[in-house]
Amino acid sequence: MNVLTVTNLTMRFGGLTAVNNVSFTAARGHITAIIGPNGAGKTTLFNCITGFYKPSAGSIAVSPEPGKAVQLEKLPGHAIARKGRVARTFQNIRLFGGMTALENLMVAQHNRLQAATGFGVLGVLGIGGYRAAERRGIELARHWLEQTGLVERADDPAGALPYGAQRRLEIARAMCTEPALLCLDEPAAGLNPRESAGLNALLRKIREGGCSLLLIEHDMGVVMNLSDHIIVLDHGKKIADGTPAEIRADPVVIGAYLGEGEEDDPDAPVAEHAA
Amino acid sequence: MRPLARDLKDAAAVAFFAFLIFGPFIGLPLSNNQAGNLTLGTRPQALALAVGAVFLARLGLLAWARWHPAPLAPRFTIKLQGAGRFIAPVLLVFAVLMPLLPGLPNAYIDLGVLIMTYVMLGWGLNIVVGLAGLLDLGYVAFYAVGAYSFALISLNFGLGFWECLPIAGILAAFWGVCLGFPVLRLRGDYLAIVTLAFGEIIRLVITNWVSLTGGPNGLLGMPQPSLFGLRFSMAGGPGTFAGFFHITPAPWQRTAYLYYIILALALLTNWVTLRLRKQPLGRAWEALREDEIACRSLGINVRNTKLTAFAIGAFFGGFAGCFFAARQSFISPDSFTFMESATVLAIVVLGGAGSQLGVVLAACVMIGVPQMLQSLQIYRMLIFGLALVIIMIVRPRGFISTRRPTVTLGKRGGVIGADLVSQGRG
Repeated sequence: MNVLTVTNLTMRFGGLTAVNNVSFTAARGHITAIIGPNGAGKTTLFNCITGFYKPSAGSIAVSPEPGKAVQLEKLPGHAIARKGRVARTFQNIRLFGGMTALENLMVAQHNRLQAATGFGVLGVLGIGGYRAAERRGIELARHWLEQTGLVERADDPAGALPYGAQRRLEIARAMCTEPALLCLDEPAAGLNPRESAGLNALLRKIREGGCSLLLIEHDMGVVMNLSDHIIVLDHGKKIADGTPAEIRADPVVIGAYLGEGEEDDPDAPVAEHAA
Repeated sequence: MRPLARDLKDAAAVAFFAFLIFGPFIGLPLSNNQAGNLTLGTRPQALALAVGAVFLARLGLLAWARWHPAPLAPRFTIKLQGAGRFIAPVLLVFAVLMPLLPGLPNAYIDLGVLIMTYVMLGWGLNIVVGLAGLLDLGYVAFYAVGAYSFALISLNFGLGFWECLPIAGILAAFWGVCLGFPVLRLRGDYLAIVTLAFGEIIRLVITNWVSLTGGPNGLLGMPQPSLFGLRFSMAGGPGTFAGFFHITPAPWQRTAYLYYIILALALLTNWVTLRLRKQPLGRAWEALREDEIACRSLGINVRNTKLTAFAIGAFFGGFAGCFFAARQSFISPDSFTFMESATVLAIVVLGGAGSQLGVVLAACVMIGVPQMLQSLQIYRMLIFGLALVIIMIVRPRGFISTRRPTVTLGKRGGVIGADLVSQGRG
């Protein structure tokens, strides 16, 4: 069964249709990439899936575990992470800059820990299972800090970390919500080739851990190398859908990236791969 | 040479604005002549003196800034932060022993009660403004709700202070939630305006609902807090504190008792805040202050989390209001003007939003200093204003602007500088 099924999704802003009747599926345990030229509607699609926009039409079904389905477009924004088990990162990093890396990861486990405090009351009085829950929370945070190579910086404020480390910390924070589907908005943006290779390894490790991934990416090196499945958007419409090899050879995709006088577009490395 | 020219230009510009402001005030004095008519005179020398002083002061400030290129704040911060660990316990011991110091005039204990009331209000508002980053300009509303709850319940149903205290807190929290529901979707300036309006609405309702609240005349004759049923009375006799312990009744006994009540209430506020800060709820508040959108993506219910901050802040505001009404035995709408909200907010901001110790220091400055300067009469507020301006120049983010992590992996508990910590936009 697919972890994500998007059916006839449309998102309009006034007269502008940013996403037009898009349908696709993301298979469980796969890395699915959404690519497309600038302004193709990738981030809008993402914001619909993660509940930041209410779609104008269409449905989004997520299956946090086999045999269970949740309609995301009906949930309030904050319930998507909890009930749909969808986590996300942001194109422009959104960490809690004044809190330490560890605190960032603890905030990500808010719902589970908050339940353990008896909604604050028992926690303040120091009774109940909060201590044990917090210890488990710290262990989970430590696990993801180790996976992302940030354990040395655990007690440093997130805002003081270097750019690449902030990107990794944002992924670690999303993973601390224990998602079934992790949505990454341009995770490789601004990374140097070495960091980019490290990111590939991290994302593969996350996939092996049983979490499905959905990513928007401009870096074709990352996309072609990593994805099991690619969806191409242009002007809000899906123009192609297939494996990396199929996408690379698709004349419509090459046209979308190269056509209409955009030969000098820096986002056109698909042509290089295709050539 | 070039920096000097720039400094001169800067100082000249500042002097020009000083001229615009001082011109009418100093340069054109009004006076009464013999016939009782107002006449307009001129004072060119005095005006020149004032503008010249501003020019030289600005030049001196610029020269000093050039001479000390490093900003003062970071150095101070580290020192204050290191000292914080010692200052807090010393202050606590002093606060506990203060009323027992021999020979201390009653007026000083009374001042202690006043300062401690504002410390408690500051700590309550610190939850909303400092931790959750919601700018609340109407905190006095909850103070008023607490005070009037106590007054009305005790006068109409004959309940004492201790029975009314939790009721007052719960009613204030209830109103906090009532206010919170519609307004918490607003942010920043808009939230501030609506909370400001809420504070005024509560005051106007109290003023105009004469049949219930007595209107502008206020309410009178609330019972004093008693110590396990023992009253504090100057007459002595059975059933009073002095009579029970066979000591001579004195005014300071009652003041000291009030002082210990408010100290205990304030410490309760502080304890709850410090506990909550290290728990998911408090962390979620601080995360909200840092980035609301990221919170939502992590599954935090933003509205409920903000509501809890409002409700808990209001709860302690209600406690303080109940205490205020019991201490005065008289309340009227005049005690709950916007000025009170502004003072409490100034205490939180001056102390460094989010810092508990900062609130204490700021309350001492904001409440204590004007009282200490009584002898300077009309210059009192001038000097006070100047002191506030200087404090905000030297420490723009308040006395203690750094943040301590709530949980650490290693032993090393670092301090997070103010430049990284967000102030929140509501």
